[in-house]
Amino acid sequence: MKAKIASLLLVGGLTAALNASAFEPNKPTCIAPAKPGGGFDLTCRILSTGFANAGLTDIPMAVTFMPGGVGAVAYNYINSTTPDDPNKLVAFSSGSLLNIAQGKFGQGLDENDARWVGTAGVDYGAIMVRADAPWNNLKELVDDIKKDPSKFVLGAGGGVGSQDWMKAAIVVKSAGVDPKKMRYVAYEGGGEASAALLGGHIKVYPGDVGEMKGLLEAGKIKVLGIMSPERLKGEFSKYPTAIEQGFDAEWTILRGYYLGPKVSDEAYNYWADQFKKAYNNPAFQKAVADQNLVPFTMSGPALESYIKERVGFMRGLAKEAGLIQ
Amino acid sequence: MDVLHFLSIGFSVALTPINLGLVLAGCFFGTLIGSLPGIGPINGVAILLPLAYSIGLPPESALIMLAGVYYGAEYGGRISSILLNVPGDAGAIMTTLDGYPMAKRGEGGRALALSAVSSFFGSMGALLLMVIFAPLLSRLAIEFGPSEYVWLMIFAFTCLATMVGKRPIKTIVGVVIGLLLATIGIDSGTGILRFTMGIPNLFDGVDFLVVVIGMFAISEVLILLESWARNDLKMTPVGKSFVSLSDMLAVKWVVLRSTLSGFLIGVLPGTGASIASAVAYGTEKRFAEGNNEHFGEGDIRGLAAPEAANNASAAGSMLPMLTLGIPGSGTTAILLGALLMFNITPGPLLFEQQPQIAWGLIASMFIGNIALLIMNLPLIGLFVRLLSIKQSYLVPIIVMLTFVGIYSIHGDSFDLFFMIGLGIFAFILRKLGFSLAPVILGLVLGEVLEENLRRALSISGGNWSILLNGTMTYILAIATVAALVAPKLIKKFKK
Repeated sequence: MKAKIASLLLVGGLTAALNASAFEPNKPTCIAPAKPGGGFDLTCRILSTGFANAGLTDIPMAVTFMPGGVGAVAYNYINSTTPDDPNKLVAFSSGSLLNIAQGKFGQGLDENDARWVGTAGVDYGAIMVRADAPWNNLKELVDDIKKDPSKFVLGAGGGVGSQDWMKAAIVVKSAGVDPKKMRYVAYEGGGEASAALLGGHIKVYPGDVGEMKGLLEAGKIKVLGIMSPERLKGEFSKYPTAIEQGFDAEWTILRGYYLGPKVSDEAYNYWADQFKKAYNNPAFQKAVADQNLVPFTMSGPALESYIKERVGFMRGLAKEAGLIQ
Repeated sequence: MDVLHFLSIGFSVALTPINLGLVLAGCFFGTLIGSLPGIGPINGVAILLPLAYSIGLPPESALIMLAGVYYGAEYGGRISSILLNVPGDAGAIMTTLDGYPMAKRGEGGRALALSAVSSFFGSMGALLLMVIFAPLLSRLAIEFGPSEYVWLMIFAFTCLATMVGKRPIKTIVGVVIGLLLATIGIDSGTGILRFTMGIPNLFDGVDFLVVVIGMFAISEVLILLESWARNDLKMTPVGKSFVSLSDMLAVKWVVLRSTLSGFLIGVLPGTGASIASAVAYGTEKRFAEGNNEHFGEGDIRGLAAPEAANNASAAGSMLPMLTLGIPGSGTTAILLGALLMFNITPGPLLFEQQPQIAWGLIASMFIGNIALLIMNLPLIGLFVRLLSIKQSYLVPIIVMLTFVGIYSIHGDSFDLFFMIGLGIFAFILRKLGFSLAPVILGLVLGEVLEENLRRALSISGGNWSILLNGTMTYILAIATVAALVAPKLIKKFKK
């Protein structure tokens, strides 16, 4: 009898050990921390369809929604309820990182309370004006802003302190104007902001490259500068970057995924490896391109240290702009 | 002529067997989703979107089905509003005001039939307007700036000022409670957290649906329980009367006006079915004043107005989505996401480059609405039987549906506790003789009003004269003043 129990225990222990060394996901899900249809939804869809089409998962991963505070609700949920669940990947964006930097992700939570594991891709900020606006490049626009910053209305799809506001602040700052003097109008999302630009209620909209395709093709707006480190490829290659035009205005919108802070190293490495495989797989690359994102391939510890550096950089920006002490 | 040509392309897409089947399936599913309290068109579309994508439907078919869910839900929302006093979705709040009293006095069948017909005419009218005026209206949608929104909201408040007019103080207190709820969350003007008490679930503000369902459904359940405990529960008689021509003729102008205003409000980004139905209800109450008006006690005009308006606004909100790529409501925001998933960029070129999508959708909406009317009228007999279900079964069913519905929005138990808390609060309010509609309207109108007032003032640098700048603002300001003084003037003239 005793021997039987012992052998049972032994077998049990062995299987447990085997399981630990070869982590296998069990019904993995992607949590989109926003309402359906937005950027986080698309981020999760890239993971879900991209991984399935690349053969990295048998069936497309389920996507669930947990809206609130650009990811704050999901961040708190993961930390308080399932910090060690290896089957829950949560989408994040630079907007989430910016809020972490400002301490808006809940009390006592910062960038160390998640395991940043993989990326979907990046999008870049773009400074846009209406097609019939008098400025043809960033310099003409900035010269006009300098003349009387208080008369110049910028607007975008997020409140003060959001990444849309940050883009506007960076542009204004690169013109040598104090961002606090900027006249900024906050809209609910990029859709409302681009409507306000077309209607002439705001003069400049620092939005994202990916979302502007339709309006650009129709010739309703023009891009004065793209906030990427170098020129984009493909159809956007004809637009100059802000840096080319002599302005230190760069904003990368990173989209990616994190796991709970107490997820085991085995599971973390498993997912990091899967991302590495995905980055080189044409099916995943297509899923990324379909959502108008530019490939950005970083995973595992490399991503972890990159994220921490970014949050630190954002903290500095937020202090400078007087958002936090 | 062009329009007819494009419409014929549209119908050739919409009438293919698969698309015809999908629009019917979408409409049926939508009615079902809409009739469940808590689960509205947003959830319905969100549930079906991944399904449509993964079974590999062509984009126009997927869009046709998802849009069917959307306007099907606007039909379905009225059912529980009328029968249970629990709005099936946000656009059906005003429907409870006169629909439920009708059901209580045994006219549930009549209310359901009349509201179905009003919904039908609201949708069809809006579709016609959309086909004829599409280019003009997409201009209106973008020229409508913060100042114009401010006036529209002030106008809406003025119209509603007389709502539940017998107890003006209680109405005002109700609106103020709603306005206070609207201030919770991140303040977009400064980025500061207001009244969130450090709870991340409140960072985005209180969720509108949680408030609606908490206040209406939970408090209704508590009231049912109370009368059950007191043993004075009366079975609601089930009426037999169906739609009559005289009812329809009596509300023909109401439906026409509400369709027009509902459609226009739907076209504007940032306003949706809840605001459209509130404005229509308030306006009609103003029009009916002194003319045998029993709004709030089961007046058919008070039932027809919000139903025509919320359906018209659903159609209207499609317009800026298709022509500009700007969602006119929360649900169209998801539809927009769906288009993007299929790699279709909505925008000014969509109508020219991919007429099969834009016009196929419009044509399918004509078909879908006829199907919905045919589907809904015979089902009325089935729906009203809900009222003959014993309360001891009905109460747990309502509770279960609301809990599932609310949990499905955020997947977080916080909302459930918040909903219960609000429900108890609303129960106390009702016991004290307050009406709940002003609270909800304070919340939804207050948010839009504050946001746009702050936008207008940050554009002008704090100069209030921006509020009277441009023709539209003058028109809306005059309409507001007229809504304030006209009823009094009419009374004077009559004397």
